[in-house]
Amino acid sequence: MSNFRAKQSSSHRLTALWIVSILVYAFLYIPLIIVVVFSFNDSKLNAEWVGFTFHWYEALLHNHEMLLAARNSLIIAVSASVLATVLGTMAGLAIHRYKLKVLPVLAFTPVAMPEILLGVSLLLFFLQVLNLTLGMLSIIIAHTTFCIGFVAIIVRARLHGMDESIFEAARDLGATPWQTFWQITLPLIRPAIIAGALMSFTLSIDDFVITFFTKGAGEPILPIQIYTMIKVAVTPEVNAVSTLLMLLTLTLIIIATRFDNSMLGKS
Amino acid sequence: MQTSSRLVKWLISAPPLAFLLIFFAAPSLIMIFTSFRLPGEFGGLAPVHILPGNASEDSGLTIETYRFFFSDFIYFEIFLKSFTVAALTTVICIAMAYPLALLIARSGKKFRNLMIMLVVLPFASNFLIRIYAWMIILGPESALSHMINNVLAVFGMAPVTLLFSPFAVLIGMIYVHLPFMILPLYTNLEKHDPILLDAAQDLGANRWQRFRYVTWPQSLPGIFSGSALVFIPVLGMFAIPDILGGTGDIMIGNLIKDQFLGTRDWPFGSTLSIMLTLAVLCIAGLFSWLAKPVTRIT
Repeated sequence: MSNFRAKQSSSHRLTALWIVSILVYAFLYIPLIIVVVFSFNDSKLNAEWVGFTFHWYEALLHNHEMLLAARNSLIIAVSASVLATVLGTMAGLAIHRYKLKVLPVLAFTPVAMPEILLGVSLLLFFLQVLNLTLGMLSIIIAHTTFCIGFVAIIVRARLHGMDESIFEAARDLGATPWQTFWQITLPLIRPAIIAGALMSFTLSIDDFVITFFTKGAGEPILPIQIYTMIKVAVTPEVNAVSTLLMLLTLTLIIIATRFDNSMLGKS
Repeated sequence: MQTSSRLVKWLISAPPLAFLLIFFAAPSLIMIFTSFRLPGEFGGLAPVHILPGNASEDSGLTIETYRFFFSDFIYFEIFLKSFTVAALTTVICIAMAYPLALLIARSGKKFRNLMIMLVVLPFASNFLIRIYAWMIILGPESALSHMINNVLAVFGMAPVTLLFSPFAVLIGMIYVHLPFMILPLYTNLEKHDPILLDAAQDLGANRWQRFRYVTWPQSLPGIFSGSALVFIPVLGMFAIPDILGGTGDIMIGNLIKDQFLGTRDWPFGSTLSIMLTLAVLCIAGLFSWLAKPVTRIT
């Protein structure tokens, strides 16, 4: 079919499409390439290329605040993604299998609404109702809240494409719901669960807005640390952190899509 | 059998439901409640007295913050500005995403996945980093700034600063949200039946007519769902105006942030958040209504 199409549309128009598309790709990639390139630049200014250096990466290794922030963010991301994966998988299964009214709304709304609203309402809730001192715990809870929806979407999409008869067969052969779940359902949705977990981890470690509202005054957190560096004093160290973080999320996303690419087409 | 399947239903739906009721539904209700209260003397909230004794007069619940919101024109202005930025971002995103989505949809299957992957990858990098990248590009010492100002100097015009301007905010918004337009548009365009275009051609439609009367109307649902995905987050964005904008470029999000972390006027911050929620609901309703009936548009 695509051969046919290529013949039909004149080459002229395709060329125009190609040019515009390449410009759009350039728009998407040039900024990130600049950050990576400047992370190796031997100059305090992000203005022009002076020479190659690993200096900014070395500086990072001696920046205790930043290392602590990275450690905290890792703890938060791991905790939040484990919680969100368990709860999100349950939600995805429940929403797929039963006609539920409340759960879909509660799970999917945080995904769709502006992040600031979730951040602000959780801030109020933590301080006013729970009397909780803001810190790692409040951030973990906040991240879990919005990651549940993403996991549920991925798990549900996977279940959606599956043949229902396999569950009927299990039932007919006398499997209890429990057995069906552990021996049939879970192995089948495992790729979606892994993809959901990796997605949650990425979302958590990258999240700025919700972290900004639910963080306490205490521990440094990676995105907040980056924000402060950008706002107060820009040094090429930011470029180095950025490059490392890009490398990390890139790897995770690639692994996640290997397991399940339903998150590519879905939005 | 019946009871055990009911038990399963309960077992898998209760934990996420409980978590979300506590940490999503309850905080939202608290926010609504807070908007009807008054700020305390030192930030936070003034106490409420919902006691049987002094019921009506001094219960501490008022619509004062709402009255305040509608009394000052500046808030309306900031909302209007936020809507304008969101609308501009959406339109420019459509213009940039359409050709690319069309090209991807009409490429071979193998190539298609690669091209989509290339759209998704940059958006997997940290949000702050993507904004920061534009701080470098638009900064006063950047190559782009020098180039533009050199050209302006040739025509005898005063140099401009690109960073910390509405222009920088708009670029940041477009950059961060463009993939949200490309993906739904592609998903839509990819489903079009090429036979329709061939039929149009056989009936004598030229290239422009084939686009205008075949491809474009079919792609409207994709455009609308992409628009919702761009418009809504832009409307509530505070980080991009905060980092790339100047002092005059604040949007609803910045106003809300200031109430909670700056002046500590929680009730007014809650009121602003509820106004934003209402705006988002209207927009979401509008776009999903527009995106639905495919056959309605001819």
